[in-house]
Amino acid sequence: MTTSYEPVIGLEIHVQLSTKTKMFCACELSFGEQPNSRTCPVCLGMPGTLPVVNARAIDFGLLIGLALGSEIAPRSIFHRKNYFYPDLPKGYQISQFDIPLCLGGRLGEVAIHRVHLEEDAAKLTHQGTSGRINDADSSVVDFNRGGTPLVEIVTEPDIYSAAQAREWLTLLRTTLRQLGVSDVNMEEGSLRCDANISIRPVGETTLGTKTELKNMNSFRFIERGIDAEIARQVALVEAGQTVAQETLHFDPASGTLTSLRSKEDSHDYRYFPEPDLVPIVVTQAMLAQAHAALPELPAQRAQRFELDFALTAEIARMLAFRTELGDYFEAAVGSRDCDDPAAIASWVTGELVARLGDGDPGDSKVTPQALSKLVGLVSTKQLTSGAGKSVLDRLVADGGDPAAVMESEGLAAMDSGDELAEAVADAIAANPDAVAKLRDGKEQAIGALIGHVMRETKGRADGGEVTRLVREQLGL
Amino acid sequence: MSEILDLTAAAAGAAVRSGELGASELFEFYRQRAQDDQLNAFTWVAEATPGEAAIDGPLSGVPLAVKDLFCTKGIVSQSGSRILEGFRPPYSATVVEQLENAGAPLFAKTNQDEFAMGSSNENSAFGPVFNPWDVTRVPGGSSGGSAAAVAAGSAPWALGTDTGGSIRQPASFCGIVGLKPTYGAVSRYGMIAFASSLDQAGVLTRDVTDAALLLSEMVGRDPRDSTSLEYPGSLVLPTGRDLSGIRLGVPEELTEGVEGIEPGVRAVFDDALRTAESMGATVETCRLPHAPHALSAYYLIAPAEASANLSRYDGVRFGLRVEGDGDLKEMYERTRSAGFGPEVKRRIMLGTYALSSGYYDAYYGRAQRVRTKIAEDFNTAFESFDFIVTPTSPSVAFKLGARTADPLAMYLSDYFTVPMSLAGIPAISIPAGLSEGLPVGLQIAGPAFSEQRILEAAYALEGAFAFDASGARRSGSK
Amino acid sequence: MIDRDAVLHVAALARLELNSEEVERMAAELSAVLGHIEKISELDLEGVEPTSRVVELENVLRPDIPQPSLPVEVALAQAPAVSGGGFSVPGSGA
Repeated sequence: MTTSYEPVIGLEIHVQLSTKTKMFCACELSFGEQPNSRTCPVCLGMPGTLPVVNARAIDFGLLIGLALGSEIAPRSIFHRKNYFYPDLPKGYQISQFDIPLCLGGRLGEVAIHRVHLEEDAAKLTHQGTSGRINDADSSVVDFNRGGTPLVEIVTEPDIYSAAQAREWLTLLRTTLRQLGVSDVNMEEGSLRCDANISIRPVGETTLGTKTELKNMNSFRFIERGIDAEIARQVALVEAGQTVAQETLHFDPASGTLTSLRSKEDSHDYRYFPEPDLVPIVVTQAMLAQAHAALPELPAQRAQRFELDFALTAEIARMLAFRTELGDYFEAAVGSRDCDDPAAIASWVTGELVARLGDGDPGDSKVTPQALSKLVGLVSTKQLTSGAGKSVLDRLVADGGDPAAVMESEGLAAMDSGDELAEAVADAIAANPDAVAKLRDGKEQAIGALIGHVMRETKGRADGGEVTRLVREQLGL
Repeated sequence: MSEILDLTAAAAGAAVRSGELGASELFEFYRQRAQDDQLNAFTWVAEATPGEAAIDGPLSGVPLAVKDLFCTKGIVSQSGSRILEGFRPPYSATVVEQLENAGAPLFAKTNQDEFAMGSSNENSAFGPVFNPWDVTRVPGGSSGGSAAAVAAGSAPWALGTDTGGSIRQPASFCGIVGLKPTYGAVSRYGMIAFASSLDQAGVLTRDVTDAALLLSEMVGRDPRDSTSLEYPGSLVLPTGRDLSGIRLGVPEELTEGVEGIEPGVRAVFDDALRTAESMGATVETCRLPHAPHALSAYYLIAPAEASANLSRYDGVRFGLRVEGDGDLKEMYERTRSAGFGPEVKRRIMLGTYALSSGYYDAYYGRAQRVRTKIAEDFNTAFESFDFIVTPTSPSVAFKLGARTADPLAMYLSDYFTVPMSLAGIPAISIPAGLSEGLPVGLQIAGPAFSEQRILEAAYALEGAFAFDASGARRSGSK
Repeated sequence: MIDRDAVLHVAALARLELNSEEVERMAAELSAVLGHIEKISELDLEGVEPTSRVVELENVLRPDIPQPSLPVEVALAQAPAVSGGGFSVPGSGA
């Protein structure tokens, strides 16, 4: 008898805030400047210097908390988290510990545990100088990134597959982008994700031993990494072994997981309240300001799309979770060239996305109005859907007006007149085998006849009409 | 030249303003005195006297000595430690900037216990400082260099810092005035940190008037220090003549049956109380029930904060580095082991232990609760008393080396000063008399931001004590 | 009450290298100091809030306005070892 296992996943996401200055000093944030050109005595941890909290980082933290439906702490404080590493100039990171800015909350199906503020570490670049292993190798520290404001979002273990983790992260990213609090770019490190993963037999409610998968830097790698780790844990358990609590790194090139050597004292951070800072007491004015700045969020937008435009939940989410798709869709609907929002939604999420991939349709040559017109032509049967796709190809390549493209390419749908009857008669004459089979009751043989008509008419014929005419002419 | 030596800073400033004395002449006088210093009180002395500058600030060009731990732009700032060997900060402490702008140019930096950890100035990478009253004795610490320099007349006035008594105790040992302001009254930016929630800059001066003058230019909120406060009101030169209506509280817990309080110190203290009564004050015993536990709380809180504050000395961005065999951890350990002296290591160890997993609640957490009770005790006492008075230190200046072998005995010399530090309240030490030919300080502590009232009372008492410190001024220098 | 092993553990956390004589001395000294400090365990502190700072300030915040950073050469000037425009440190391998 085989047991099947269910993975349980919690995520820890670090988000670099897009403030102008660092968390605790007035250095500008860095975007690839010369190393150590965005530093000052404070972010270099020089003796006698003191941190001062960036007001906008608190505002952004509040926006995130409100967007996630968190409880905002009336009074939160910073702690020092002590450990030695060259990317940590003071020998401690200023972070929040037992009283974070935001507690609890929910985004989509996933409950939020907490949201807190802290400062980012500097960048440490390994530099093997001698070429010999374990000898004279060195690293170089660039403090430009050190002190960048970070928000850490921790979810409850509320995710049950790698695909769900990926989809939820997409929602989180869109939400954060919509809030305007971060660039949320995984490749550039402004959004970083760790995953805590355990497995348990289906039906169990207690959590198994978890492992931590560190710093995956793309959505694809997150999904693959989590899947690889789930498979590894299942294999271990099925072989009668146990899962050890450890931190792992996923190498996307080889698909392998490697255990990161645990530091001997990694879990004694000696947290204590930061005496150089005073408490953050969120005032009514601060809350009111955050509420006023809160835009419509993806989850709300999806709900609105579902209700207002009669979209399926799935399509509504596809549009709302990619802000640019949702914006494009709303612009297309607003142009009033087509009164069928569901059809527009389906063309945007289907045909348009198939052609543009992850690109922003707002940047493409297809204007929302053009798309709306195109869908209108198809809906009113002036254009078959097949011919519509050809028109869309042209619009993606060259832009322009769909009606004009339809005319110039001769793609307008044929009406059910003599021309179509003639084309059907030609097809019957050219395909005696198919006609014989059809007469024998083999219904699928009609496909060859319809295909013939479509080829000859460049797809301008309406499939249903062709079927009707074939049957009529054969007296079936 | 002896005339200049006899001028207080305020008097010297007045002479500069009236044109009797040139600001350059004054600067050069003290620069020379500092250079000729025999007490090891200085870690740096200006190489030259600046040309005659317009002295329009309220401090009138009277040059200032500052404790090594204040960062001074382009000038070595080591906090008495080898680990900051050669460190020239690209910035100055806010308070140093403020005083330079007010017309007190920096002319020297003074020796101190390493990272302000010590009560005798024997824990310095630059060697010990000697007491100008008796060079076989310590000047107290940690601001020992500042105290000795002012007492010996090789600085007109000086900045120090006080974490648990580091201004008041050396002021007492050297027979000068030392004032620790309310926590938050003076910016900490650019002060090399020992214990962030306790550290406070203050003044060491020849008399109470100088203390008021210098402090009046130091207080105020600094946007670079989140824990600094707007000073309520302003500080003016004191004019108090008597103590009528002043209620002095003598804490029973600190003065009754305390072991180690020297009879000579007790006698000077009792005399001082009688003098105060003769000037119109009432003297009564008061209660500070948790004060006997202050030292314990202090020796958990201060080392804990210090253990984190001193983590930045890692051989990466500034100061000393001692390489190992190429491994990062080894570089850290060798650098820190070579760079820190024994007392600093001891406190880092104590603080790290107090914060470590499993001990936080029993040690650090408890100490913070004791701190709450101590602050409450003071609040209650100040409902019935204007000031709390104690001897500043249980003893007079002790012999060099007398307590170095016994950390606990050394820590006990902060017995009277630590409670005020934990409560964050201001306190002054003024010389009240001699015991065995050595100065004894009287400590006067008041509620937060009561500096002006403390200065008035201290000024009145100073007049009555008529303490003569001129002997030390003539002994400290060639 | 603080033994050799505890001293070694704490020294490792604090990145201090102690020779065996220092370890012995540290154990004795810390035990003496902690023995004295231990007295606070006798106090009844039930329900007492901890004090981590004595100033009653809150929301001391800085506007998000950039100020000039240090020139790179000034930032690096105090460093014991510099390489490729950054602070050079030994590798953590070996």
